[in-house]
Amino acid sequence: MKYLTFATATLAATAAMSDTPELTVYTYDSFVSEWGPGPAIEKAFEETCACDLKMVGLGDGAALLARLKLEGARTDADVVMGLDTALIAAAKETGLFTETSVSAEYTLPVEWTDPVFAPYDWGYFAFVHNKSLDTVPANFKELAESDLKIVIQDPRSSTPGLGLLLWVKAAYGDEAPAIWEALADNVVTVTKGWSEAYGLFLEGEADMVLSYTTSPAYHLIAEEDDSKAAAAFDEGHFMQIEVVGALAGSDQPELAKEFLNFMVSDAAQTILPTTNWMYPAVTPSAGLPAGFETLTVPEKALDIAVQDVPAIREEALAEWLKALSQ
Amino acid sequence: MLKLDQGLIAQGDFQLRADFTLEAGRNYAVIGPSGAGKSTLLAALCGFVPLAAGKLLWEGRDITDAAPGARPMTMLFQDNNLFPHLSVLQNVALGLRPDFRIVAKDKEQIMAALTQVALADYAQVKPGKLSGGQQSRVALARVLVQARPLVLLDEPFAALGPALRNEMLDLLKATIAQTGAAMVMVTHAPEDVRRIADEVIFVEGGQALAPRPAGALMDDPPPELRAYLG
Amino acid sequence: MAQGAVAISRVSISPKTGISAALLVLALILLALVAVLSRADASTGLGAGDWAAIRFTVAQAACSSVLSVLLAVPVARALARRRFIGRGALVTLLGAPFILPVIVAVLGLLTVFGRSGWINGALEALGLPTVSIYGFHGVVLAHVFFNMPLATRLLLQGWQTIPAERFRLSAQLRLTPRAMFRAVELPMLGQVVPGALALVFVICLTSFAVALTLGGGPRATTIELAIYQAFRFDFDLGRAALLSLVQLVLAGGIALLALRFVPMVSVGGGLDRLMPRWDAQGGMQRVVDAGVITLAALFLLVPLAAVVMRGLLGLPVMPVSVYHAAGVSVAVALGSIIVLLALALPMAGWIVSRKGGGMEAIGLLGLSASPLMIGTGWFIVINPYADPFDFALPVTVLVNAMMALPFALRILVPPMRDAVQAYGRLSVMLGVTGWKLWQVLLLPRLRRQIGFAAGLTGALSMGDLGVIALFADPERVTLPLQMVRLMGAYQMDAAAGAALVLLVLSLGVFWICDKGGRGCAET
Repeated sequence: MKYLTFATATLAATAAMSDTPELTVYTYDSFVSEWGPGPAIEKAFEETCACDLKMVGLGDGAALLARLKLEGARTDADVVMGLDTALIAAAKETGLFTETSVSAEYTLPVEWTDPVFAPYDWGYFAFVHNKSLDTVPANFKELAESDLKIVIQDPRSSTPGLGLLLWVKAAYGDEAPAIWEALADNVVTVTKGWSEAYGLFLEGEADMVLSYTTSPAYHLIAEEDDSKAAAAFDEGHFMQIEVVGALAGSDQPELAKEFLNFMVSDAAQTILPTTNWMYPAVTPSAGLPAGFETLTVPEKALDIAVQDVPAIREEALAEWLKALSQ
Repeated sequence: MLKLDQGLIAQGDFQLRADFTLEAGRNYAVIGPSGAGKSTLLAALCGFVPLAAGKLLWEGRDITDAAPGARPMTMLFQDNNLFPHLSVLQNVALGLRPDFRIVAKDKEQIMAALTQVALADYAQVKPGKLSGGQQSRVALARVLVQARPLVLLDEPFAALGPALRNEMLDLLKATIAQTGAAMVMVTHAPEDVRRIADEVIFVEGGQALAPRPAGALMDDPPPELRAYLG
Repeated sequence: MAQGAVAISRVSISPKTGISAALLVLALILLALVAVLSRADASTGLGAGDWAAIRFTVAQAACSSVLSVLLAVPVARALARRRFIGRGALVTLLGAPFILPVIVAVLGLLTVFGRSGWINGALEALGLPTVSIYGFHGVVLAHVFFNMPLATRLLLQGWQTIPAERFRLSAQLRLTPRAMFRAVELPMLGQVVPGALALVFVICLTSFAVALTLGGGPRATTIELAIYQAFRFDFDLGRAALLSLVQLVLAGGIALLALRFVPMVSVGGGLDRLMPRWDAQGGMQRVVDAGVITLAALFLLVPLAAVVMRGLLGLPVMPVSVYHAAGVSVAVALGSIIVLLALALPMAGWIVSRKGGGMEAIGLLGLSASPLMIGTGWFIVINPYADPFDFALPVTVLVNAMMALPFALRILVPPMRDAVQAYGRLSVMLGVTGWKLWQVLLLPRLRRQIGFAAGLTGALSMGDLGVIALFADPERVTLPLQMVRLMGAYQMDAAAGAALVLLVLSLGVFWICDKGGRGCAET
């Protein structure tokens, strides 16, 4: 281990001597993977910033927040990228984030005014299915009445799972427990995370899987496979908006703000749709990539005010557990 | 009774030829230098080592390929003659009922055998608690209840002191005589031969010589045997 | 005679190093727990849901472990007394399910048992009603798939410790198969089964993704899931620590209970004569053994074949980074093996030098501690003083070794006890003690077991995701982590390819160590 420590120390010394500022960004794993936006974003940002952008992948959005809470004010991170609307309230409660007043011409279905977090991409949760499916349900009630089998994620361990919980709650309010009870016999199983659920769906274990309206775009554009579609539900679809925020304790506040501005700029927004497979927060000047026009566009966007999420989540989770544990 | 016809035992480079007949109710000693193949000869008779050539006949019946348990003989090894986790009674019982199904009559017979080796009080004890001599006596009690026509012994008492060994040999001789069995015993000790054997099989130079009367042989040994006895 | 030597062992092995190793393991776990508690705010305590999770966890772990070990008995017995072409390969493959990343194994199982799996396909073609794998039985099925092969290996090793002299004696006493089982095999099982049961129980106790996915919903909530939730979503460190403690107490309690019942009578030392077996030559028994081996092999190999087939399709689309990750994983595996041996050998020596086997439970604690708890605890300890990334590899190596410790102890303790009982007295007489005792007696006698333990550790450590997630160094991604990242980026095919690489490498490490231990001797 001596060698490793030595190597790290040497590297740190080199960085300090060459005077290149380093910006540390905590994000989720799939962002930094070589298919994710990470490599392209890093290249594009470093071309303009005269800095070294260090992106650290740490599990998913929830893991990111837990990590930040563990490190507290001592964290090395300057920027955290990848929290979503369901986590914003909890993230703010840490008091670790600072306002940056980043603004842009957001093309989100909702108004965005949060002074701390800047949205960089977003999507609608949706049930993805094979186009060969005979009858596609038009809402949760039709789904519940059908014999269709679905696989979903556990809201206690996965962000999309939590999204579905909030979706049903936003659409049905006090009726949500009844919807879950009706859905219980459609749920084949509940998985730990998105990958497991999506893998099970591709394996043919379920007719539909909880994912995003943009998932079919991946199959269409990256795999030239147009067999997948997302079902449009007439109750509306719950949105997931992914945000980036700067930390108050950063020793590079200017650079952090520059990065946030970069993330909502044309350069970054052009990269995101075909690497993160989400809608850009600001539609790039060149428009959406070819293929995105084929995607299901919900008629209605649902969301829950970020400050209300913690209380609603707790209530919805209890209802969900009760309905599915019977 | 037991005829080894042009037998050849081969293990790697080692070869041993043997051609002899054993008679019922006689006591044979197998002697010879270390590594000559005495134990191997017994293992071949008993079926633990296959014959490379030749035949083994029991009262005219070919048992060359019979499994060890299917041969009309029993064997006492140098060690590991008892199952350490079974009681003395159970160990002896296995000689009578290899399926553990002991009925009252069997138990009587087992206790009689244990009484004969003076271990009746130790029936419920595990072998680990017994002395070496006592362990040998348990094995003898089992030979008694097994009552096979041929008993093979591979230096069974080598670890015992002279007095105890003599005592065991006498007990062995009495036991064997009682069942009317023949006995083949590997030993190092010339005095054992005199004490117990009617005839001697001398193993040396890749050859097991046919049995010769013990007294005459020991009194006037041929040169090879003289060299061995020293 | 070896049977007389029961009480002589205490004199020959110095317990000092072993006690230090055991204390180190205890300290690693307890310090993590204390660290987590130190950061806990007001906690909600355990609710009704948690108690339900505890009940479910214990029920599924009990069922899974009993079934895994029960089924392993006939399989190990058949493998111990039969020789056939491919036997060696089958024995090596017994290690495979256990080292596969959970999701890969689950997908393999679903290819066979799933809704659109082969079995349901066949049932449908025959016009029969289909069966669902999801539910309590699915959880047990998956756990049996993971652990029955492992239990088989442990029992098989037990069979190999039976001295050839016992089989010879049985053969010449004409013992019936039943009597043979009672006189020779049952006492050995009495020594091996409690430990194997405890081990599998603890493995199933910490199961999370398998239980949830195949359990079919929140009914199948385990303690580990509740810990995960407490750490990741609620950030309720007090509750996380409390749940971790419940898990530790359950595992430790079961381990102590099981190990107390391990009888101290040795199976006995033999003279290592290589002998064929004469029992079970009957036609019926051959048929039964062949049937048992075939069924077990099918149960094991068909889902594995599904994993391999999927992986082969994925290999061409697999990125180069997978190979880099593979390199890191191999390094971690080698490091873990070294650390493991440094911990396990002295600990085994210490356990053997004691009268009871209860202290082996300390080894099991390492496995029953939630990796998330250990990771978080050590993160809290290290973070104020240094960059946790710098400790990514050492912590991973250490924790992997700790997870493998109970397996190694289970493998090493019984034969070491035998060796000491059979030859300890001789060693004392010869004045062979201390390091010399290891050199002259223990290491050579235990060569085979050390190889097996090292191989298992290497393989386990290759496939482990446990703590690395928290300490994940962006520059040094391990293979399982890389595979998870691929799946998260829709790259299911490439991930399947990576899983195949992982499987091959793990089995490779396992095979090399195991082979090295066995030398040229036949298993």
